[in-house]
Amino acid sequence: MYLPDFEYYAPDSVQEACKLKAEFGPRAMFFSGGTDIMHKMKIGTLAPEILISLKNLEALKKIEYVPGKGVVIGARATHNDLVNSEILHKKYMSVSEAAHQMAANQVRNIGTVGGNLINAVPSADLPPILMALDASVKLVGTKGERVIPLEELFTGVCKTCCCDDEILTEIIIPDQKMTGSTYIKFGLRRSGALAVAGVAVAVEVDKDVIKDARIVLGAVYITPKRAIESEKFLIGEKISDELLAEAGKISCTECKPISDMRGSAEYRQNLVEVLTKRALRKAIDKGHV
Amino acid sequence: MSNASIIGKDGVKRYLITITVNGDPHSKVVKANNTLTDFLRDELDLTGTKKGCELGDCGSCTVLMDGKAVNSCLILAIEADGREVTTIEGIASTAEIDILQQKFIEFGALQCGYCTPGMVMSAKALLAKNPRPTELEVRQALAGNLCRCTGYVNIVKAVLSASGQEVAHD
Repeated sequence: MYLPDFEYYAPDSVQEACKLKAEFGPRAMFFSGGTDIMHKMKIGTLAPEILISLKNLEALKKIEYVPGKGVVIGARATHNDLVNSEILHKKYMSVSEAAHQMAANQVRNIGTVGGNLINAVPSADLPPILMALDASVKLVGTKGERVIPLEELFTGVCKTCCCDDEILTEIIIPDQKMTGSTYIKFGLRRSGALAVAGVAVAVEVDKDVIKDARIVLGAVYITPKRAIESEKFLIGEKISDELLAEAGKISCTECKPISDMRGSAEYRQNLVEVLTKRALRKAIDKGHV
Repeated sequence: MSNASIIGKDGVKRYLITITVNGDPHSKVVKANNTLTDFLRDELDLTGTKKGCELGDCGSCTVLMDGKAVNSCLILAIEADGREVTTIEGIASTAEIDILQQKFIEFGALQCGYCTPGMVMSAKALLAKNPRPTELEVRQALAGNLCRCTGYVNIVKAVLSASGQEVAHD
């Protein structure tokens, strides 16, 4: 299994990388961890003439806490960087846990967070939990930079609003009032399986009342999808098993899954109902984000 | 810094890269589409690293890059430029085979042997980070290495035993 020929550039700065991309246009692709691009090039569904490697952009590997801004995850951090990050263990264990559920160790050591987001695959595991925590992303291009909510990045299956010459450089998880969060994924195997459905939840609980909730569904729509109606239903309510079960029922009306080899649309909808209920209970009982 | 390059007779660019493999730096001129697996096997004749699925699923091409287990089939050789790579040929010290290799033999943790180099490298990365793993941790660390012969039981035992823990033989 051999790769087609292509040209290779490894610029030393984000600006230089953007300039190269602007110059080459759609003939070129940015290359970060490459686990997805390599796979697609080998099976022949992708044949870029030029790869612009981001490997020299070491500054984008950092995970740090910036007071007033939040936890900033560099786009070049690998999934295992998230799994092993002490900052995430302390502040957002649920993000670390979601990263640990992905692929296998060897792939987690190569694949990067930025790549996972920009690929915009509906079954990706990181977008739901990051969206539940209200994360935003920074996009840098030749014309300047912008920060947008992660929710607005995704526009369709494998489609984002990231312009041709833009690079996703960082993910920002803001300080928050949420008291608990979690991501529950259902895959057909315990390891190395894509999500058939996944539900991420973040809740703010005061005594036994839900003050705020964010529910994000994965693998059941063309993009990761907020379950807005279900969130509205929960806010201000007293926690009970019946309440969470009802929220699950509402969630499953807010997705539009497809049937494929991993599961039928009906099965996925049932999964969303059950996973929403379980994720809410887990996030409420956990007592930390 | 972009790599020094020349254009070959076929019109395709070649790049000068240096990868430290098993302690020795190797400088070669390669095409950009050369994977790390092919670099190790074809350029350096280190054929212990196996090619299985070549898509990052089976783990038979596992090597250590800067101490971390990675699928060498998913890495371009040029991306590994300047990095340190350890292959199955590089884990034995002087004349002795590695403790993991000894334990794989002792426990009969292989049949056809095709997955073994990858298994050993994943286990090596695990024990370097976690010298006394639990069975669950061993299974998680080896989850990206598929074996179609053994059913994994003896592989897990071999790794636990290599970490100095008491393991019952069958």
